[in-house]
Amino acid sequence: MSHEEHIQDSGFAGSFNGDRIFKGITLGFAFSVILVLLLMVAGMAHESLPALRQFGWKFVSGSDWDAVQGNFGALPFIWGSIVSSLLALAVATPLSVGTALFITELAPRKLGGAIASLVELLAAIPSVIYGLWGVLVMAPWLQQTVEPFLMEHFGFLPFFRGAPYGVGMLAAVFIIMIMIIPIVTSITKEVLLAVPLSQKEAAIALGATKWEMIRMAVLPYGRSGILGAVILGLGRAIGETMAVTMVIGNTPQISLSLLAPAYTMPSVIANEFAEASSKLHSAALMEIGLILLVITLIINIAARLLIWGVTRQQSSGGRK
Amino acid sequence: MTTKIKIEDLNVYFRETHAVKNVSLDIPQNRVTAIIGPSGCGKSTILRSINRMHDMIPTARVTGRIILDSTDIYDRTSSPVLIRRRVGMVFQKPNPFPAMTIYDNVIAGYKLSGRLNRADADEIVESSLKRVALWDEVKDRLRRNAMDLSGGQQQRLCIARTIAVKPDVILMDEPASALDPLSTLKIEELIEELKDKYTIVIVTHNMQQAARVSDNTAFFYLGELVEAGGTRKIFTNPEKKQTEDYITGRFG
Amino acid sequence: MNGMRVRSLKNAGMMLLMGLATFIVLTPLIMIFFHIVKMGAGSINLDFFIQIPSPPGESGGGMANGMVGSVILILMASVIGIPTGIFGALYLSEYEGNRLASVIRFCADVLSGVPSIITGLVAYTLIVVPMHGFSAIAGAVALGLIMIPIVLRTTEEQLKMVPGTLREASLALGVPFWRTTLQVTLRSGLKGIITGILLSIARVAGETAPLLFTSLGNHFWSKKITEPMAALPLQIFNFAIAPYEDWHRLAWGGALVLVVVMFGVSLTARWFNRDRSIG
Repeated sequence: MSHEEHIQDSGFAGSFNGDRIFKGITLGFAFSVILVLLLMVAGMAHESLPALRQFGWKFVSGSDWDAVQGNFGALPFIWGSIVSSLLALAVATPLSVGTALFITELAPRKLGGAIASLVELLAAIPSVIYGLWGVLVMAPWLQQTVEPFLMEHFGFLPFFRGAPYGVGMLAAVFIIMIMIIPIVTSITKEVLLAVPLSQKEAAIALGATKWEMIRMAVLPYGRSGILGAVILGLGRAIGETMAVTMVIGNTPQISLSLLAPAYTMPSVIANEFAEASSKLHSAALMEIGLILLVITLIINIAARLLIWGVTRQQSSGGRK
Repeated sequence: MTTKIKIEDLNVYFRETHAVKNVSLDIPQNRVTAIIGPSGCGKSTILRSINRMHDMIPTARVTGRIILDSTDIYDRTSSPVLIRRRVGMVFQKPNPFPAMTIYDNVIAGYKLSGRLNRADADEIVESSLKRVALWDEVKDRLRRNAMDLSGGQQQRLCIARTIAVKPDVILMDEPASALDPLSTLKIEELIEELKDKYTIVIVTHNMQQAARVSDNTAFFYLGELVEAGGTRKIFTNPEKKQTEDYITGRFG
Repeated sequence: MNGMRVRSLKNAGMMLLMGLATFIVLTPLIMIFFHIVKMGAGSINLDFFIQIPSPPGESGGGMANGMVGSVILILMASVIGIPTGIFGALYLSEYEGNRLASVIRFCADVLSGVPSIITGLVAYTLIVVPMHGFSAIAGAVALGLIMIPIVLRTTEEQLKMVPGTLREASLALGVPFWRTTLQVTLRSGLKGIITGILLSIARVAGETAPLLFTSLGNHFWSKKITEPMAALPLQIFNFAIAPYEDWHRLAWGGALVLVVVMFGVSLTARWFNRDRSIG
């Protein structure tokens, strides 16, 4: 019999080396993730140097954006990003948590499952399609129906002054809200499912109604996880590019009115970067990108830490 | 009687836990040696140090020597891969490779580490399956998925897979504990048949099984070797009180 | 008991609010779906799949160059994203427990949250600037970078589900660790890994922002990957914001195709992974 030879043939005399090489290769690929992240920060910082040198801190406080004159102040974009994201999040959060509660606690199993899959499916629709719908369907509806109504009945407030354009801050808030609801709902649902049955049973055994059980046992237990979901939603909202670009009106101004057009950080990059007229212009856009990157990194790290905390609990608590 | 494996001053640690303490034991060739003792006594740990399975666990540390024929398994120049070719292992739960056919499972040891020509493969499959008395049961469905077999058949397939690579030693870690009585019986008969060609070390928590299949028995307690010797002697006339208590079911 | 009545009223009110929230959430989502199907179906015909866009003001035309461009871009992106993701995941799952692995895992999670337009800027600095021009390669790099963390994390999850007993069985046969990893561990998790890859493809298929200043888009057929190349989502964007009815029609058609393809891929992925039992 020649089995021994087969074994020799297979060449694993050098297998110890094989293992070492294998470890090296996989480590190389894995390490590229860190490398990409570092490269991102370093590359963008380098590319935005001209703008950093020229404007310093005035870059974030200035509100004049004029490519012809070479004046670049990013405040309108920062303002637009923060206002649109926070408003959208403020509306999306209660709606998402309500929906997640409906799915996990209220709806019959099958209906809840169906809604959950639908929501997950919609989370996968690309931004540009939300934008398409936003600009061709939602904006005209806002312009013809919603905005005239708001102006007529709430026109005394500074938030609803001006002309009904359709596109503008209100449209951006709406579209961001629609887009982040699926993701916040999905994560919140996961968090709620992780609440151990024993917690809920304890509340029910005390004679709690369903709502009291949710308030006593479910929400407190899932609090940090839900917060993580909301922060992750904020990260999405602030980085949201295509849909917002298509409906916000793209005008660098700071206005209290929700009806007025505005601009966000990702939108200005999307619109102007490919056609940036001067080195300073590209550098200014890069610096906006850098600010955006730093903001989203902070948001993401915070959210991940929160969600990691919850997942760790999950390994001890029961999941369905 | 030749000594196949000589264990000298073996210690195994997991982080701070001292799982196996100063164990020295001779394992004779072409005999079945049973390792018994209450759970947590380090039975499996000792077994797994004989083919360096602890290499996989970063926190594990092994000191002392295990000499197989004349090579020190833990010598720096020994390759764990070559050691494991000579020292095969059968696990507690049958673990055939789920993505492979019955046929491929038998020659997995060759397939996974190189090539094998077709005629040789056919021969190895047939002889290995015959050796474990599985051939007649599966010869018509060699291309079926291995997961279609019953638990007992799967375990015999795993033994066939182990002997297919022609080891000298077979380690068995409670090979029948997940099986029904009839399958257990078949495995025990198989062990009896295999010992003319192989040196077998079996860990079991079932004392009747140890008494039935083994020639020698080693009793462990809390990581230490309490007593080793001929099975008949250990079970009828043990020297140590602890051994007697365990054998007679007074603890453990 | 009065207290009880207040409590159950409150309970009913809250349940109603949850139902209402679900209704409000689902309405726009269903409407978007409805519009894509209705508007899209009306604009899709044979020409849509074999013609390039007609000049503004002329009717007809299609998005063939965009669809082909998207396929090419995704294939090139896969060359970057899939091996990196899979081999990286092998490191994370097979050498887990070391500190570096958790750092890498964390970085991958953070990376997946970086807005895709930023990835486009990075690809611009890495590829467009040194090559002195927009190109399909740059677009593929941007998409590939987006794929990495997705493939990496889903693959790692799958590898972790492979029972340790299979690894042990292989090692005990004297198979070297690296072969065990590639041929037993990776193979046992293959179904789930393919699912992850499909999902990552579905994700980048709709990405637009990272292509804006890398692949740039092209009204005609691209002949080289060193030239700007059309992509379906880019065309949807450009046509949607243009003032021509005919282009709007094309944009809806493109949206329907994109959604159908993406859902098709997602459903295939789910179907592929329908029984996740291993061993």
